[in-house]
Order: sequence, then C-alpha cells, then structure tokens
Amino acid sequence: MKIGVLALQGAFAEHMTVLAGLGVTAVEVRLPEQLADLDGLIIPGGESTTIGKLARMYGFMEPLRQFAAEKAMWGTCAGMIFMAKEIESATAGKDQPLLAVMDIVVARNAFGRQVDSFEAGLTVTVFENGDSGAFPAVFIRAPQLLAVKGDAEVIAKLVDGTAVAAQQGKWLVTAFHPELTNDNRFHRYFLKLAER
Amino acid sequence: MSENGQSEVGSFKVKAGLAQMLKGGVIMDVVTPEQAVIAEEAGACAVMALERVPADIRVQGGVARMSDPGMIREIIQSVTIPVMAKARIGHFVEAQILEAIGVDYIDESEVLTPADEEYHINKHPFKVPFVCGCRNLGEALRRIGEGAAMIRTKGEAGTGDVVEAVRHARTVLGEIRRLQLMPDEELMTFAKNIGAPYALVKETKELGRLPVVNFAAGGIATPADAALMMQIGVDGVFVGSGIFKSDDPAPRAKAIVEATTHFRNAEILAKVSENLGEPMVGINVSSLPKSEQLATRGW
Repeated sequence: MKIGVLALQGAFAEHMTVLAGLGVTAVEVRLPEQLADLDGLIIPGGESTTIGKLARMYGFMEPLRQFAAEKAMWGTCAGMIFMAKEIESATAGKDQPLLAVMDIVVARNAFGRQVDSFEAGLTVTVFENGDSGAFPAVFIRAPQLLAVKGDAEVIAKLVDGTAVAAQQGKWLVTAFHPELTNDNRFHRYFLKLAER
Repeated sequence: MSENGQSEVGSFKVKAGLAQMLKGGVIMDVVTPEQAVIAEEAGACAVMALERVPADIRVQGGVARMSDPGMIREIIQSVTIPVMAKARIGHFVEAQILEAIGVDYIDESEVLTPADEEYHINKHPFKVPFVCGCRNLGEALRRIGEGAAMIRTKGEAGTGDVVEAVRHARTVLGEIRRLQLMPDEELMTFAKNIGAPYALVKETKELGRLPVVNFAAGGIATPADAALMMQIGVDGVFVGSGIFKSDDPAPRAKAIVEATTHFRNAEILAKVSENLGEPMVGINVSSLPKSEQLATRGW
C-alpha cells in the first residue's frame, strides 16, 4: 500500500507523520506523474485558493479526476473544499479552481474568522465498535457541508446538527484536521477505503 | 475539549493550527485592498495588512505604529485568505484592537517602533494567535513562552538583502541540531544560557524542531531567495517589501509562490525566475548602522 499526500501547500507533513506512525509508505506529491503508483491520495488542509491555483498551474486537474475515478481520496478542510462539486458562491475566492468530484456543496470559512476557530468532540457514524468514542476534531477557519447529494453520506455532525464529514464510495471529506491530533482513527479508516 | 462535544474557542491548538495550514506558503505584505487581491490571485496563503511596507518605513522614518483599523477592515473584506496585521512590541492595546476587528493573526513586530523596551505582549489571554520574530533559539522560545503560536526568523526587513534571514534561520536550526545531541543533564544550563524556558527547551529537543511553525522573513526578494530559505529548513516565507517594491509585482508574487512549493526542483526554479523584471532596489545590510537594524529590537 502506498499513499500520496498532495504537497503543494499546507499541512502535508502532519499527514505524512501520521501515515509513517501507521507503518504506511507515504510520498509527497508535487507533480502529476507522482500519482502513478498510489493506492490513495490525501489532500491536506491549507489555503484552498492557493492549493487550487497551484494544482491547475501544474496540470493536476484532469490527472486528479482520473485518479479519483478509481482510487481513494480524502480531503481535510481545504482538501474538502477542493473536492466539492460546488462552493456557496459568496464564500468562494475570486478565482478558485475546484476538482469537483464529490457530490457536496460547501461553504468556506463557515464558522467565522480565526478567532472563532474551535475544538469539539464528534461522534463518527462509520467507526466500528471499540473505535466509537468522541473524536477530537480541530476546526480552523473551517468549511461546512451545506448539502450532501447523490450517494454521498454525512458521517459526522456537530451537536447542533452541522454536517462536518462525509463519504461517497472511496472518497472521504472532513471539515476538521485529524492530522493535528494524536488520534489516527480517520487515517486508519481511510487506509481501509484505499484497500478496497 | 470536553467529552460531551462542547466546543472550545481560541485554544493553543487552534492558534498554532492556523500556522500549520499556512506551511509551504507565502505571506505577502500589502498596503491596499488592490494589492491584497493581487496577492491572493498570485496564490498567497495569507496577507499582512499594513500602511507602509518596511522599505518605506526605513526611508520615511518617524514612529511606525499599528495601521488604521479601517484600512485593515477594507483588506479583510477584499480577500478570502487569512489577514494578518502588525502591533508594536509590547503594545497590548493595539493587539486588543486588532483582535476586535477580526484579524486572523497578529505579528508583534520589530518592524514597528517598539512600545515597550523591556516586555513583550502576554499573548496567552488572546483568542487571536500571534507570530513573533526571532534571531536565535532563546528568543524564539521566550516568545513561545509568552504565547506566540508561530515564529518567524527576523532577517532584516525592508532591505531586499537575504543575508540576515539566512543568518537567523541557520542560527535557530543549528542550535536545535546541537540541542538534539545534548545529554539531558546539560539542558538546564543550556536553557539558562540562552534565556529560554526549560520546559520548551526540553520539548524542542524531543521534537527536533520548534514546537510551533517557523517561517523566514526579512529580505526575501526573489524566487531563489524563497527556495533558499525553504531548503535551509523553514516552513514557509514572508515577503514584505520584495513584491510590491519590485518592477512588476503580480508575476513576481506568483513566481515566489511556485518557488516555495517546488523549492527543491531547480528546473522549475529556473523557469519561474525568468523575465521577472527588476527586483526591489536593495540595501546591503552590512552598510546599515546598528541603530537602523530593526532585528535588534526584541528582548
């Protein structure tokens, strides 16, 4: 098993560290040809406008769509925005390239500015017994899922009902940052999707 | 975070976490909403809103203070990326004002005229995170001890001369490498000698890096400068006067963003460095009298 982490900008090193801790071979991906022999790809948190522009500039858009058609892909925060088919227009950057693979509608910076960034415990519906305790989720200028369409499903909500994680087949999105915690349940769950 | 899912705002984890999201990116100084838009379009991961870039502060002199909150607000409204702003060293009321207008990060900066020549701001009580400058490991860990959630090596702002940025990054990273080889019984004396909190010295040794994200700043003017700092080992770069004091800011801004991502790929670095026009006119730091060196501010 070999997992890539898109390393254009953002918290890619944090994902690499968690994957290394799980004994997985992981590589930083900066050019499209590096996607070739991967079983799954993580698109990290960072600035979604920056990641989107660099992805377009370096010819990633079509190769990433082809990759997603067959393989597992997980977007955390900015990665979730990048994977969405639609962004609420008022919150989108002036020029914001989207991969547009997953049937979700997201709002950027949906909880407010940095002073409103927060931590919260989440119940995740897809974790198996024994893995079911509250997940320590870190939200940083985080997006929200406004709508989940097709066969995409919400897998975690805040106590007020706000949807913050979803899955569609082998695709996973989280509005928060499992890579900033010591809890590797989401990474283990993603590895299972990549194995399928 | 509490077990019942109640949320906690402004924890150190979310403050340091935003800096982690900026990694591998370029933070650009801007003085107008138009420049902020150019920076965002070029792929900046954040902007620093200020009234005068360091190069102009040098020329014009006088007391450099926090920028007009109205002007910062306009910049906040003009872009979707995080907006930072500078407060004077020790001026905790400027910081309170910047927090109140919704700035995403405060730079307690030596580029402005210090308000306190003995004490920095106690940064722990704020919900907004702070970034502070350093020239060495002791200074970095004192700032983190005061609550800074991000560090930048100072360099010499407004010069376009990268030599001090290199010196400060090499100093901090070299001290960390030495620390990693030190037996534990030497840590307390090392902490005393560099004037740093013992617990943070110990944590830095265990991590093999600063406990928070570390960017380079001060004098970065070209894509090659940015890639140099990345290869030396920082997490990202601030470019102050280097972009909007150059001939043609937009392509230079974009090229520095690309160079920061592909910092080890010399072919890409060559390509993005072509035809960028004149960089900012620099000042050799070695010709600057001590009294004009901003990096010496900070205690």
